[in-house]
Amino acid sequence: MSAPIEISPSSLREGRWHEYAVRFALGGAATVLAGLVSSWYGASIGGLFLALPAIFCASATLIEKHEIRRMREAGLDGKRRGQQAAALDAAGAALGALGMLAFAGVFWLLVERSVAGAFASASLAWLAVSVAAWFVRRKARSCRSSPAAERAGPR
Amino acid sequence: MSEYVVRFLVGGAVVSAFAMLGDVLRPKSFAGLFGAAPSVALATLGIAIYQHGESYAAVQTHSMMAGAIALGIYSLVVCQLLIRARMRALPATLLSIVVWLAAAFGLWAAAGGQT
Repeated sequence: MSAPIEISPSSLREGRWHEYAVRFALGGAATVLAGLVSSWYGASIGGLFLALPAIFCASATLIEKHEIRRMREAGLDGKRRGQQAAALDAAGAALGALGMLAFAGVFWLLVERSVAGAFASASLAWLAVSVAAWFVRRKARSCRSSPAAERAGPR
Repeated sequence: MSEYVVRFLVGGAVVSAFAMLGDVLRPKSFAGLFGAAPSVALATLGIAIYQHGESYAAVQTHSMMAGAIALGIYSLVVCQLLIRARMRALPATLLSIVVWLAAAFGLWAAAGGQT
């Protein structure tokens, strides 16, 4: 298992300016919604909306669109590959949700003792739990199937 | 009003930063971790503490745990709709919001949630 994670800055060039604008607007709208729900119905219900998957809709749609565009440039249909790429992103988000759970738990435990400590520790907990969950899943999958399976799919 | 403008700008910037980080990472399943980053929470909690204090943010993050579990369920449902039902990404992610709402409020109520 060598270098399983790669950074590909060229991926940013695949995006169009309006796609980034839509994500900015959705992120802003989700944050405003969380604030409005908290002020209308209280902090407890408002807290649920801190985990609203609003931006995920835009991200998955963009991933599918970019994969289809890439496959069409290669003369293929690309619809199925687009769905698979978006599904891989969703599988990652399911693991990331474990990290978000850790973020919320650590922040809840620490915020009344130290605000800065709560932000720092919760962010670290999110990163550590998410990445650890991803590596555990990858290890489990490589034990069950060929290590080439994910490399063969959408990247 | 200006508070909501600040929320919109801060939320948009934080969410976009995490989304762009996800764009440049490979493989896709690893990049997906950033689709579940606590970006809205990071943008919101600082403002909540400034306006209402630490205990208000503690109540919010306590409920956020139910929302995070619901997000995990939501992501698995989206994955199944894309692979098994062969739906396109936009309808799959939008339809599954109903699952997120049901799971989040169901868990919140089961945990004895109070307004």
